Amino acid sequence: MSATAEVIPHTVEPHPVTGVYNGKFGMWLFLASEIMLFGALFSSYVLLRVGSAEWPHGYSVLNVPLATVNTMVLITSSVTVVMAWYCLQLNDFGKARLYLLATIGLALVFMVIKYIEYSSKFEHHHYPRTNLFYGLYFTLTGLHGLHVLGGILVFLYFVGPGAGMWKTDPHRYTNRVECAGLYWHFVDLVWIFLFPSIYLL
Amino acid sequence: MSLKAFHVVFVTVALLFCTGFGVWSIRSYLRFGDGVWLVLGAASLACVPVLVWYFRWFLRKLKRVGYL
Repeated sequence: MSATAEVIPHTVEPHPVTGVYNGKFGMWLFLASEIMLFGALFSSYVLLRVGSAEWPHGYSVLNVPLATVNTMVLITSSVTVVMAWYCLQLNDFGKARLYLLATIGLALVFMVIKYIEYSSKFEHHHYPRTNLFYGLYFTLTGLHGLHVLGGILVFLYFVGPGAGMWKTDPHRYTNRVECAGLYWHFVDLVWIFLFPSIYLL
Repeated sequence: MSLKAFHVVFVTVALLFCTGFGVWSIRSYLRFGDGVWLVLGAASLACVPVLVWYFRWFLRKLKRVGYL
């Protein structure tokens, strides 16, 4: 057993109590807190919307075609991240790295489209302070965008400086990618709920 | 829950989304007559069989990977 494994137990083998390795358990605890965060924001959105006398339809003020492309981009990125994890299980690091790079590329496409969308809003002098609708639109999509940015940084670490772990501890590296994949799926799932709620209704 | 299990949930939600959004867009096209809705609806509905095919392929490919 290596020195690291003695300090942090169950990084690879499942913990006897939880049945999963600690990293995955920790990630699910983190995602539970994220559900509470986004859940609170969604609840605020619903309460403020039903309590408002006037509320614009999302499709009449927001760019639905661009957001639809973004939705497809995120769905595809979930496929690429799961493929990266699967390739690591088959000991094919080269392919996994390509899939991770594809995930980063798709996440960047999402951010560029979001930038175009935000720029258009600012050009028309629509800011978070404009009204309640735009306040919630920028808060929810902005927080989601920050999560996407966080995911990009994590995946960049995996294909960059963090890739060295593949040579020393491949099983642990694979588990790390799985944890990042769980996070990424959550971020994508949030968008799938965010898109119809804000852009379509 | 493993990434495989979460991916199964995710693809199921994505399938429901594509179906719902496709129907909603087609209805919007019939209501407003804007061609953009027709394109979005058709594209979204076209994703449904692709996702079904992918779902089956994914389950076959990762047969040996556990759900926990």
